[in-house]
Amino acid sequence: MDTTITNILLVGVGGQGILLASEILSEAFMLAGFDVKKSEIHGMSQRGGSVVSHVRFGKEVFSPVVPEGQGDILFGFELLETYRYLSLLKPGATVVANDYKIAPPSILLGQAVYPQALPEKIKAKFPDFLLVDGQGLALKAGDVRAANTVMLGAVSKRLQIADGVWQQALEKMVPKKALEINLKAFEFGRGL
Amino acid sequence: MKEILSGNEAIARGAYEAGCLVASAYPGTPSTEILENVINYKEINASWAPNEKVALEVAIGASFGGARALSCMKHVGVNVAADPLFTASYTGVKGGLVLIAADDPEMHSSQNEQDSRNYAKFAKVPMLEPADSAECKEFTKLAFELSEQFDTPVMLRSCTRISHGKSVVELGERVTGLPTPKLVKDAPKLVMLPGNARVRHPLVEERTLKLSDYGSSAAINRMELHSSEIGVICAGVTYQYVREALPDASVLKLGMVWPLPHALIREFAAKVKQLFVVEELDPFIEDQVKAMGIACQGKELTTLCGELSPGRIQAAFAKAGIIKVAASEVIAAEPVPPRPPNMCPGCPHRGVFYQLNRANAYVTGDIGCYTLGFMPPLNAMDTCVCMGASISMGSGMVRALPPEEQKRVVAVIGDSTFLHTGINSLMEMAWNKAPATVIILDNRITAMTGRQENPASGFTLAGEETSEVNIPELCRVLGIKHVRVVDPYDLDATRLAIEEEMNRPEPSVIITNRPCCLIKGAGRFEKGKILEVDQGKCTGCKACLRIGCPAIEWKPNPDGNKGKAFIDPQLCTGCTVCQQLCKFNAIGGRK
Ligand SMILES: Cc1ncc(C[n+]2csc(CCOP(=O)(O)OP(=O)(O)O)c2C)c(N)n1
Ligand code: SF4
Ligand code: SF4
Repeated sequence: MDTTITNILLVGVGGQGILLASEILSEAFMLAGFDVKKSEIHGMSQRGGSVVSHVRFGKEVFSPVVPEGQGDILFGFELLETYRYLSLLKPGATVVANDYKIAPPSILLGQAVYPQALPEKIKAKFPDFLLVDGQGLALKAGDVRAANTVMLGAVSKRLQIADGVWQQALEKMVPKKALEINLKAFEFGRGL
Repeated sequence: MKEILSGNEAIARGAYEAGCLVASAYPGTPSTEILENVINYKEINASWAPNEKVALEVAIGASFGGARALSCMKHVGVNVAADPLFTASYTGVKGGLVLIAADDPEMHSSQNEQDSRNYAKFAKVPMLEPADSAECKEFTKLAFELSEQFDTPVMLRSCTRISHGKSVVELGERVTGLPTPKLVKDAPKLVMLPGNARVRHPLVEERTLKLSDYGSSAAINRMELHSSEIGVICAGVTYQYVREALPDASVLKLGMVWPLPHALIREFAAKVKQLFVVEELDPFIEDQVKAMGIACQGKELTTLCGELSPGRIQAAFAKAGIIKVAASEVIAAEPVPPRPPNMCPGCPHRGVFYQLNRANAYVTGDIGCYTLGFMPPLNAMDTCVCMGASISMGSGMVRALPPEEQKRVVAVIGDSTFLHTGINSLMEMAWNKAPATVIILDNRITAMTGRQENPASGFTLAGEETSEVNIPELCRVLGIKHVRVVDPYDLDATRLAIEEEMNRPEPSVIITNRPCCLIKGAGRFEKGKILEVDQGKCTGCKACLRIGCPAIEWKPNPDGNKGKAFIDPQLCTGCTVCQQLCKFNAIGGRK
């Protein structure tokens, strides 16, 4: 039996829509015929805390949590959070990050500064790194709130799943009135 | 049809398919979404209760009336509901009665990590523990059946990873043909006075033996035989971790964690050379297996604290020399500034904590979004034990203190928490004349757990309009003479109220009246005028930073001069609290 499991981590800040993004991903894997498990912690994380969502797919998935150091793909919605969770990845993993910064409390209060040159630092550790202008491309698609969908599009290229499946998953998970913009945002991401 | 469901969605689906008619719960992470999904099934009468004891009693009542009934809560909720639970164990049920307890190992969102399995043993009711969403649905259905078959409430234990994890579930139909609920007089079974209870208790003990036998042949407890070198007994999400961490091991997967299937455990133990129990938190299964006289290892290897994971299990087994694992390379990133949760921009709680800090209050706190008031820069909460404890602890604390210290004691509690278990405490405080000050932060919702309605919010779980508790009147009726309502966005009025009531040598209550910023709808939160910092007038004094609003950012000046504050127009809600702190009139409406 093929026991390969692909481990995806979605990281960012509470309120960025990470739950929905990981739900669309999971839906796509299920539609493509895989076993899927997904796990995340919500609760206090709603209040702007750091959020990690785990999505795993393969023929048969046991643990809903990605084992330490086994992540294949890190999907970062915010730069600092992307950097924070690099240790969850295995060497040679793929990192796709949104070029977007949200300052945590210590930085807002002027007690710390936002670390410099994070994209370069990430690239040095994980050469398969893609920096995405999520907000910019989403705006081009018609709504800045579709930034996550741009990211999904960018990640989708790294996953062997048929085009039609992604479309189906988006149709099921995205509210009707936002669908057109999101499909466009997805295509922009996929084109990167 | 297949769907990806969370454990909580699957439990709700299971209740629906089982023909459940009544469901009652009090929110609490990670259990909250169960009832929020049950309400989507029109066949079930689902509602929030003010607390878990009430929720369980609502379900017990429905069960005695002949309906299948569900109650859900987080682990600590079972403490509140323990009183009815222990005696419902004696009465047994009419319609099936299921209690979901959602544990939180690792305390992702809780004040302790108690292990609910102990309650099943203590109250002598069976407990099922699902290992994924598909089992959440199946076990919930089975729980209703077992409840009726064995005449007992049945507990189902979930945990954060199961409740909030998602996996694939095959949906089924709702059962039909259940008996119609009706009133039946049955005092020997339902009136638990000593004479009747003495008859019921031996039945409970017999029931446990029968359930243990049932467990030895039931499909929910199963052996998965692989290598005979290592055998592992496990249940719930830990089963998933074990399968991944120890793929060659034989496994006894328990679906019923109390009572244990003694015969099956003996059979499994005989098949393997070395027996282990892998379980999160307490050595609950391990202690019982050892008491059966069977040699096994458990907490010698794994921790009593926090969650397990495949990695932690592998590391523990490797450390004990039982397995070998190849060292995996981890690419470490340098530490970066932490990102703790914070109250939202414009949260009505913020100004109150700012003024409590300035008033040098000693704050007996409580549980809700406002617990974040303990964090810097507000630093204005000094205790937090359990829901409702703020008022009673404040009332006790003043009795211990000399008069000059008594003044400083202020209990702070949210509206939902006050209605949950704060009312009794306030009654005590008034009755016994404890001169503490109480602040009820009425943001008109149960915000912390994701904005559930409560008895003072004016709506039911189904979104229907209903009666509202009048909190100021309630405080007066409880015997508090000094009750005042204050606008928490008005910093001066808030400070004045806090100072005056702290100085009053009598019990008093201050109630705030601004809604949570995340509740939308008529009569609820409305954004004010978005503010900005006039960069010409800002002197860089940092006064506005002292409230810790996430919309205000300090921008250091690259040429070494003083930096300036900046307001993110996307985040600001226009609450004006920062504006009131600026002595230089630098903060005003955005042009
Ligand atoms: C016994 C128990 N039940 C449930 C919870 C989960 N819980 C924590 S705070 C809270 C309610 C908070 O609401 P409120 O007091 O109105 O404060 P807010 O979050 O709105 O500021 C709940 C349900 C708990 N910690 N303990
Ligand atoms: S959710 Fe509401 S109560 Fe909680 S921090 Fe945000 S504004 Fe405050
Ligand atoms: S007015 Fe000031 S304190 Fe209120 S939300 Fe806006 S920036 Fe934050």
